[in-house]
Amino acid sequence: MENLILSTKNTWCPGCGNFGIQNAFKEVLPEVGKERVVLVTGIGCHGKMADYINVSSFYALHGRTIPVATGIKSANNDLQVICCAGDGDVYNEGISHLLHAAKRNSNITVIVHDNHVFSLTVKQPTSTSPEGFTGSSTPEGHPERPLNPVDLMLSVKASFVARSFVGKQGHLKEVIKEGIEHKGFSFIEVLQPCVAWYNTFPEYAKRVYEMKEIPSSFKEAREKAQEWDYSNEADIPLGVFYKEQKEVLEDKLEKTTEVDIGAILEKSK
Amino acid sequence: MENKEKDIQIIIAGAAGQGSKKAGHLIGKLFNSYGFRVFIHEDYESVIRGGHNFSQISVSKEECNAISDKIDFLLALNKDAVENHSRKMKEEGVLIYDSDSIKEEDLPSRADLNIVPVSLNEIIKEAEGIDLMKNTALVSLFMKVVGMDFEKASAALKKELPVKTEENMRVARTAFEKVDKLRELKEGGSHSLPLLAGNEAAALGAINAGLESYFAYPMTPSTGILNFLSKTKGVKTFQPESELAVINMGLGSSYAGKRTMVGTSGGGFALMTEGISFSAQAEIPICVALSQRMGPATGVPTYQAQADLLFASSSGHGDMMRFIVAPGDADEAYELTGKALNISWKYQLPSIVLLDKELSENTYGFKGESEVFKEDVVTEDKEDYERYAGESISPLAFPGGRAMVKATGYEHDSKGIAVEDANKVKEMHEKRLRKYENLREELKRTDTVRTCGEGDVAIVFWGSTKGVVMEATKGMGVKIVWPLVIQPFPEKKMKEVLSGTSKIICVETNATGQLAKMLRCYGTEVEGQVLKYDGRPFTIEELKERIESLL
Repeated sequence: MENLILSTKNTWCPGCGNFGIQNAFKEVLPEVGKERVVLVTGIGCHGKMADYINVSSFYALHGRTIPVATGIKSANNDLQVICCAGDGDVYNEGISHLLHAAKRNSNITVIVHDNHVFSLTVKQPTSTSPEGFTGSSTPEGHPERPLNPVDLMLSVKASFVARSFVGKQGHLKEVIKEGIEHKGFSFIEVLQPCVAWYNTFPEYAKRVYEMKEIPSSFKEAREKAQEWDYSNEADIPLGVFYKEQKEVLEDKLEKTTEVDIGAILEKSK
Repeated sequence: MENKEKDIQIIIAGAAGQGSKKAGHLIGKLFNSYGFRVFIHEDYESVIRGGHNFSQISVSKEECNAISDKIDFLLALNKDAVENHSRKMKEEGVLIYDSDSIKEEDLPSRADLNIVPVSLNEIIKEAEGIDLMKNTALVSLFMKVVGMDFEKASAALKKELPVKTEENMRVARTAFEKVDKLRELKEGGSHSLPLLAGNEAAALGAINAGLESYFAYPMTPSTGILNFLSKTKGVKTFQPESELAVINMGLGSSYAGKRTMVGTSGGGFALMTEGISFSAQAEIPICVALSQRMGPATGVPTYQAQADLLFASSSGHGDMMRFIVAPGDADEAYELTGKALNISWKYQLPSIVLLDKELSENTYGFKGESEVFKEDVVTEDKEDYERYAGESISPLAFPGGRAMVKATGYEHDSKGIAVEDANKVKEMHEKRLRKYENLREELKRTDTVRTCGEGDVAIVFWGSTKGVVMEATKGMGVKIVWPLVIQPFPEKKMKEVLSGTSKIICVETNATGQLAKMLRCYGTEVEGQVLKYDGRPFTIEELKERIESLL
């Protein structure tokens, strides 16, 4: 296999969940054609994927992977544009971009490395941290309830909504591949525990289960998504919650006609 | 009676929604077809219906991109129009008013005025037109009053009314017969020019420099660029959820190889500044059309200020350079927006075009004398490509080809991989500094400061005050100086052109004298300042008086 990992020194902690996503990528990239792939990453441990993986990449500002990806895709519709972003990126700093990209069905893939914690800045709560989370900025416990991003994405009718877990490598790889191949906006929430600051790995490993099939209706998908609300102790469904084919933004944006400046000026006289 | 002066000043005023702007444009086009130079200043409040709007049209034989305190004609569509503008009327001026909405007792009691009542409702009824055609009626009866020939003028009018042309022409004919001719009008003697708003000229300049994509969130007074480009085939336009999205989409689009511009005003630009910094670090070109308006904060959204000079000049965190230009009229907007787009690509850095309310939305006769074309950039598409290779400007490559293109907002090595090593960090800063130095070198060979006239006193301005400075200083024997490039500031050139003068006066529409501050920063003392910060542009008389008081 072609060398997909660069020789850059890897600085993730031993056992970091990001390795799982990187490994899945390594397998998926040759299958989807790495030459056409652009990886857009945000800021946080996940972002280092841009420095580690041997594809074209855009290491964006915190929270801004999605508009960057939309801009790239609008410029070159032949590219396969994949965002790898953190929960802090997508659910905190840049949540408006997530909602709008889903709403407009931009043909990009968003993979969220969700560890429910700001790790690089040493343990502060993000939008998916549970209530009571004790971090360096919340010594008395986090006073907010978490978002349920899967349900949120369903509520704006994202055309592909899925969840996976880095502890299930085969599943993760399949979901990522399916998301990339889906024409339309693909949202993949990946439970990716932070071994240093918030290790949910053993607990999630016990509670996750793979859904046997895609829920048969939108209503059922939302019910499934609401089983676990990111704070209760329920079992955690993994898999594709919803999938729909509809026209994508970039196909509507195509314009090829030349500008006729002479005609514009003549008309302005 | 023939118009005594070579210039004619016309105000057409009414409530928002009454169409005074459209009528003003039609009148501008008619004078344009009569061989006159035309300039239209727009004044409107931030409302959809009601409020008070007016257009002031300067008609002249020689270019005059400014408005006067005194007007020859007032076309009043409501009572406010009479109240606000009749005091500006010259002796024996002509007041045409809509008698359906203005009572006789609301008219000024001046015996010298020629007062012409017209019932637009009656004209529409008689010609079997519809309410929307009141503009046509108003324009047509003005044609008669000012001394235009119906056949000639209506041919120009017809061109502007592509929908229901026949009915409109019927209304025009009826209106023309309703009033008397009060003035004689000879042809102006010039070729007619395209009439363009500064925003449109800026957009055309960008197109000629190869613009392919434009992203913007609506914000007065920059919105005109978005609206204009949306109607222009060949340029992809997109309006996303916020200015944060705009700048980042713009960066993505440039990274993927499309010549991209974004547009906004001060508040939106404030949101974009992190992206400006990203552009510098990642060396991704982005061109920003920044049309200033009166702040701080929401300020006075539809009114004039040139108050973002220093903000733009230091926008974006970290050590970096932006290429910033300040056009003064439609022709310079065309020329310098093209230049800004070209420079941002050639040097892979952010460029900013400083427009403002007056320049963006006023209408100018566009001469189109400067040449704007897409300048080549160095590209290199090969397998062992390194995005940040070399000592200064690195060749560009775009994803999807043979090269693997790694762009990043982190400090990085030549391959685009994040680094924190002290030597590497210093080295990459120096790479970018060399690039900025190369840009300074190139600019030495181009027009960065313009001047006009000679004198002991220098009047220095920037941007849209150009038109009024030119008019107000006629016959004063002063030297007019204006920088086209704001960053990198043409320090040496500025000193050169100012060297023979003994006194420098700065003219700006802001409260703190931002250009004067900048000049002082670069060692040029400014002795006098003429500032205006009420949201309105200078009139010719006002500026003349204020400059004279400092001479």
